[in-house]
Amino acid sequence: MADQSLISARGLVKRFGDFTAVDGIDLEVAPGEAFGFLGPNGAGKSSTMRMIGCVSTPTAGELRILGMDPVRDGTRIRARLGVCPQLDNLDPDLSVRENLTTYARYFGVSRAEARRRADELLEFVQLSDRANGKVEPLSGGMKRRLTIARAMVNEPDLVLLDEPTTGLDPQARHLVWERLFRLKQRGTTLVLTTHYMDEAEQLCDRLVVMDGGKIVAEGSPRALIENYSTAEVVELRFADGLDSNAQYAAKLDGIGERVDPLPDRVLLYADDGDAAVAEVHRRGLSPASVLVRRSTLEDVFLHLTGRTLVD
Amino acid sequence: MMTTLVAARISVSPGRVGAVINRNVGALRSGPSYWVVLISGFFEPLLYLLSIGVGVGALVGDLTFDGQTMSYAAFVAPAMLAVSAMSGALAETTFNFFFKLKYMKTFEAVLATPVRPFEIAVGELVWAVIRGSLYTAIFLGFMVAMGLTTVAGALAAFPATVLVGLAFGAVGMWVSTLMRGWQDFDLLGTGQFALFLFSGTFSPVQNYPVGVEILIQLTPLYHAVELVRALCTGIVGPGILVNIAYLAVMGVGGLWLASRRVEKMLCL
Ligand SMILES: Nc1ncnc2c1ncn2[C@@H]1O[C@H](COP(=O)(O)OP(=O)(O)OP(=O)(O)O)[C@@H](O)[C@H]1O
Ligand SMILES: [Mg+2]
Repeated sequence: MADQSLISARGLVKRFGDFTAVDGIDLEVAPGEAFGFLGPNGAGKSSTMRMIGCVSTPTAGELRILGMDPVRDGTRIRARLGVCPQLDNLDPDLSVRENLTTYARYFGVSRAEARRRADELLEFVQLSDRANGKVEPLSGGMKRRLTIARAMVNEPDLVLLDEPTTGLDPQARHLVWERLFRLKQRGTTLVLTTHYMDEAEQLCDRLVVMDGGKIVAEGSPRALIENYSTAEVVELRFADGLDSNAQYAAKLDGIGERVDPLPDRVLLYADDGDAAVAEVHRRGLSPASVLVRRSTLEDVFLHLTGRTLVD
Repeated sequence: MMTTLVAARISVSPGRVGAVINRNVGALRSGPSYWVVLISGFFEPLLYLLSIGVGVGALVGDLTFDGQTMSYAAFVAPAMLAVSAMSGALAETTFNFFFKLKYMKTFEAVLATPVRPFEIAVGELVWAVIRGSLYTAIFLGFMVAMGLTTVAGALAAFPATVLVGLAFGAVGMWVSTLMRGWQDFDLLGTGQFALFLFSGTFSPVQNYPVGVEILIQLTPLYHAVELVRALCTGIVGPGILVNIAYLAVMGVGGLWLASRRVEKMLCL
């Protein structure tokens, strides 16, 4: 039901001049859902996020956010959104706490309440000890956390996070994940983009893979793996170097569902990894190393969006 | 349909405009650098008044303006007041505004909230005029203390300086949305200085050849000087209605164009 969706898009298009960044996508995001966008650089993720955030007008198609029209009701919609843009745009003229209190005022939050929320949010993202300091000396990860805190200062129903954890160290990433998970438990709807497959698997109930402005796959992380990859993947490395991996791949043809030669290894997609390895040896090949692992979203992603950049 | 669209665009929420101003108040406390700029902006017209108005005035003696005799300083002071109102507002809506627009991404962050481009423009303009009015209020105090105008003249001139600030602030804001980079500010500075010299500031425009006089009468600072001088000296004629109308058009037009540009640039 479109009426119940927080976000509903039909044939959504964004063009810059004659370049099409978003090429007719359909979306439904339900309340309480954590929804993710995956896709290579330039896929159109941020362009889509900005349209959802009502700062960019769709070129064509239908878009409804919180049941309203972004062009007519932009102000009312934005009042209920929290936005963490891809690039931090914190205010260097203000202190860490003032970045939150000042932002709250744009939403009509009273001075006292803004102050209360700011302190609570600084606690939430573990920046309380920097509250009175400037923004500039914060590390990249701290700035990111402050931007995320700022996105929550209006207690939004829908939070848009464009690459929330890019550039964070593992500790900071886990902290952000944990905080986002807590938000989700409180019933906040999350929409995020990411380049980290583990992040998508951890946080998203459902995700879409975008490529070239189009949605090329959609589903839960589990369903995507089931639909676009095999249960297991065998990674083979050959040491002798006489043949290129492409030549090895030819010799491995027919094992499992798919053979994928990379510059440094050959991937065998098979539901039963051990059986595939046995078959490799039966064909008289002796790889220097063999690794059997479960399929991940990364395998799906690479399969769907091609390897041109990753190679 | 058109009118409802326009109405939607220019309807402002006082709370959101207040929040835009509030951000600048917060930034004021950020450090001494802002205060240095603030104070230097105030001293410039005062120094001109003292050096040219009083210094050159001693050589020139009294002059007759609109049939009334006055000291040269009393003639120059209202012009310096108008200049002060202009540059106070301009400093904010050009330099600082441009920096927030292009480099600090301040408005990008603001536009993700319920605040609209027009509300940003209004808030920034009001802030600029508050800053400019701080200058002009103190400057008027000096003028009264030096006997260059009366208290009544000062009270009448103050609202006029607010209008001058609105007019120049708004047009300056629009111009800074068109700036490509810092180099363009040199051009702006030159233009501002030319206006400063040739707007009837230091001598009555009637002293120039007719062609030049008409040319000057088309430029904005001339109208600001005329209006402020009329109110400070008490020599008020119907001509100030033209001055007021000219400045009002600048204010409304500048604001409208500036907010359109901000929207075009940031809401891609
Ligand atoms: N304002 C703009 N003007 C012109 N082209 C733009 C503009 N914004 C984005 N694009 C183009 O649209 C395409 C999609 O950009 P977008 O930022 O949406 O990609 P993305 O999926 O977020 O990529 P990334 O993972 O690198 O952040 C890119 O080719 C980009 O160059
Ligand atoms: Mg992006």
